[in-house]
Amino acid sequence: MRLSKRSRILLRLAVWAGLAFIYIPLIVIVLYAFNSSKILAWPPPGWTTHWFSQAFKNEAAREAFLTSIKAGVAATAIALTLGTLASLAVARHRFFGRETISFLVILPIALPGIITGVAISNTFTQVLNVPLSLFTVIVGHATFCIVVVYNNSVARLRRLSGSLEEASADLGANTWQTFRFVTFPGMKSALIAGGLLAFALSFDEIIVTNFTIGAGEQTLPIWIYSNLFRPHELPIVNAVAVLVILISIIPVYLAHRLTGDEGATPGRGGRGKFEGGGVETEAVAAP
Amino acid sequence: MATEAVIERRSTGHRLAGLLHGRPRLQVGALLAGPVGWLVIGYLGSLALLLVAAFWSVDPLSGATIKKFTLENFESLVNEPVYRTIVWRTIRTALLVTLTDAIIAFPIAFYMAKLASRRGKALLVVGILLPLWSSYLVKVYAWRTLLSTDGAIHWALSPIGLDTPGYGTTAVWLVFSYLWLPYMILPIYAGLERIPNSLISASEDLGASPFTTFRRVILPLSFPAVVAGSIFTFSLTLGDYITPRLVSNDQFIGNVIFNNIANNQPFAAALALVPIVVMIAYLLVARKLGAFEHV
Amino acid sequence: MRSKGGNPARTAWLIAGGLLAAMLLFAGCGSSSSNSGEELQKVGKGEGSLNLISWAGYVEPAWSKPFEQKTGCKVSDKEAGTSDEMVELMKTGQYDGVSASGNATARLVAANLVDPVNVSLVPNYKTVFSDLKNQPYNTFEGVHYGIPHGRGANLLMWNGNDVKPAPDSWDIMFDPKIAAKYKGKISVYDESSYIADAALYLKVHKPELGIENPYELNEEQFNAAIELLKEQRKNVGEYWSEAAKQISAFAGGDVTVGTTWQYQYFALKEEGVPVKASPASQGFLPKEGATGWSDTWMISSEAKHPNCMYEWMNWIIEPKVNAEVAEFFGEAPAQEKACEHTANPNFCSEYHAEEPAFWKRVYYWETPLADCGNGEEDCKDYNDWVKAWTSIKG
Repeated sequence: MRLSKRSRILLRLAVWAGLAFIYIPLIVIVLYAFNSSKILAWPPPGWTTHWFSQAFKNEAAREAFLTSIKAGVAATAIALTLGTLASLAVARHRFFGRETISFLVILPIALPGIITGVAISNTFTQVLNVPLSLFTVIVGHATFCIVVVYNNSVARLRRLSGSLEEASADLGANTWQTFRFVTFPGMKSALIAGGLLAFALSFDEIIVTNFTIGAGEQTLPIWIYSNLFRPHELPIVNAVAVLVILISIIPVYLAHRLTGDEGATPGRGGRGKFEGGGVETEAVAAP
Repeated sequence: MATEAVIERRSTGHRLAGLLHGRPRLQVGALLAGPVGWLVIGYLGSLALLLVAAFWSVDPLSGATIKKFTLENFESLVNEPVYRTIVWRTIRTALLVTLTDAIIAFPIAFYMAKLASRRGKALLVVGILLPLWSSYLVKVYAWRTLLSTDGAIHWALSPIGLDTPGYGTTAVWLVFSYLWLPYMILPIYAGLERIPNSLISASEDLGASPFTTFRRVILPLSFPAVVAGSIFTFSLTLGDYITPRLVSNDQFIGNVIFNNIANNQPFAAALALVPIVVMIAYLLVARKLGAFEHV
Repeated sequence: MRSKGGNPARTAWLIAGGLLAAMLLFAGCGSSSSNSGEELQKVGKGEGSLNLISWAGYVEPAWSKPFEQKTGCKVSDKEAGTSDEMVELMKTGQYDGVSASGNATARLVAANLVDPVNVSLVPNYKTVFSDLKNQPYNTFEGVHYGIPHGRGANLLMWNGNDVKPAPDSWDIMFDPKIAAKYKGKISVYDESSYIADAALYLKVHKPELGIENPYELNEEQFNAAIELLKEQRKNVGEYWSEAAKQISAFAGGDVTVGTTWQYQYFALKEEGVPVKASPASQGFLPKEGATGWSDTWMISSEAKHPNCMYEWMNWIIEPKVNAEVAEFFGEAPAQEKACEHTANPNFCSEYHAEEPAFWKRVYYWETPLADCGNGEEDCKDYNDWVKAWTSIKG
């Protein structure tokens, strides 16, 4: 695309400004993780790596981290299943109420988290007499994670021509084989992207979790929230946050590599241009 | 011999697949049973149970629900002016945040989609996704320290005579815009990627200036993506109560619901109907504008 | 592979819709939570864990770890910032006990969320201060509902460098002229119970209103308090409900004067922030007195670990433990014998632990009820207070 030099410079400036906006607070977090004072005053009076060793030793933080991982994996698995099923129905069939599905799927995330949280919590404790636990947290998370997988999936399915599947059927493959050998490989990277975002959503969620978690357990956000009450340990929270960011570089990078080879598939006609290169984030891909 | 092998190995999976083959309605039913069951019976059912309480009242001491039909919660909402103030404040902030994010996100998304090299694009995507992994609470607290009277913004701006906005509505707007920015960048990026470069070249070949190309080709084609991103920035702002609590004294809809959910759930449920209705209206408009579709 | 609006799909939608409707119908008949309403008769073996709700600083490793070692009950504590939060958490039925203030106890009892406490099973209860026993906030219709933890008054705290001269009255926060000097720098507790602080101020400064108990307000008194608070709103820098939020606000210079608890005061002093509070010579109180709290450990009616809870209730008023507890937080202990174990030998006298007369000037948090005991039922009740608080903050 041809842009005048001036436009190019302005655009670059806008991009840099945007990135600065995104990263300056994160840099602050990193700085505070090395802060020698317990209170978040600026500028930090001194430096120490004390908080990082504290973070590793902190049993509650480690448990909370594991709990968050467990919840995230389970919720993502459920969301992947339900989201894929729904997207297959919507993208490949026509039926009464098809348009409503997209609407339905986005509701849990579009409505305020406190409403979703209290509704699910009430149903479990008062109607079903099921005590709150990690299970109820997973149910809550899965509910609003479905949309992320669903959207990515539907967008991808729309771009993949159905003719491939028909060809497969014509060649004698049954429904399951068609899905496994034709549809699924085409969807794989969209599902990975969706799954990754779903996991990120679940990992950092606090509001719904607050209402659906049992007394003895903590996810990482809950642990962080409870430590905001304990000013003596505030910098540990920052240290933990930095560690989580560092650890998360791995899955994000992996996902990028896994989806980076997505190329043009036949049947998309008229597009021509290769558009791989990034984590495919399609349609209403964001959480 | 191959055929024999196939006939011998008719597992249940194959049988099931055979059953489904050629029966599209059954396929749809099987596909939808799980998701629809979960969402309609599980989720909508729970919502309905909560919201029906909006028509009940509560004993002030024990907090026990009195399950008799009454409209007193809605009367309170309508008669007390503070609730109107709060609802308007929340909606106004949500719109402002959406606009701000769209403005900040667009150049970044545009650059990522159309101008960045393959490596640059990859770096940017990872760079945008990474902040999603840092804790929401930690980010808000970081902003708290940035905005505080003796904080980093004050330290940076006072040499040039400006100062930190401190805590308050401005802070809430800034923090929300910050938190939801990636959720706006990604859909716009995806939407812009989908615009074939050939269209842009064609527009330029026909003599349009870059600005005109932007205004008449790129913007209309990417608008549904912007609307899609706006769904998240708007809805996430509409229901949040933690950020207003941590960086301001403002009461948002979420705060009032939160304060009442313990001892006056009927009233909280009545108030909760407001953002629900607003969001449903917003979603319907967004759907009309093509945000759900994405051609 | 295309199908028209399939009948199975439509049927499925109809079924789903029908189920939804059915659920709404059944919403009318909810299952009531079962509660025993009875007190434990014998403390058995510990169940291995204990889930508590408490105020910040009430359940610290210094005494919870020894407790775990002694009883095998692993303690998991959820800190809450307001009584409202505590009630809400208790409603989930997930916790065994709570350190409830007076503006939560009555509600918990009325909602059957807590069981009576069999004080004969708590040996250390015998030597609890007598003016903490049989109080309206922990004893209902003659039945004991909890074990006292400790008591204290809400503090007036200010930054010694920014606020001069040292205030000795709440008028620094309430008098429009004086408060305006600190516009935007005032820190106020974010709960409807703060209305009582305004009422207390009016009791002294506008005696014609006839306010006696700041929690029992008729229409006129209530409206006067609300007006005062709406005026104050203009000068408030921050409403706080989380201790850390207030600590970072004082440390960052965002606020310079406000109402607080001893916990924040000591945390800030430890960090070298020059905060001051009404001195011991004044009884830590401004001249009007103050609101405060007298906290009670209550046992949930749905406690899954009642034996551990009884062990905890006895442990927390163990003389050495209660001394530690009181000194850590900065409040008066509930246990008489604790005074012999405090690190600072004058602790109890400084904190007026043994002076019932002192506590007459401290108005413990209470649940406002319509029936204010003067024969009339025109006092504002809790719902009114919460609604008013929302409209004060705007």
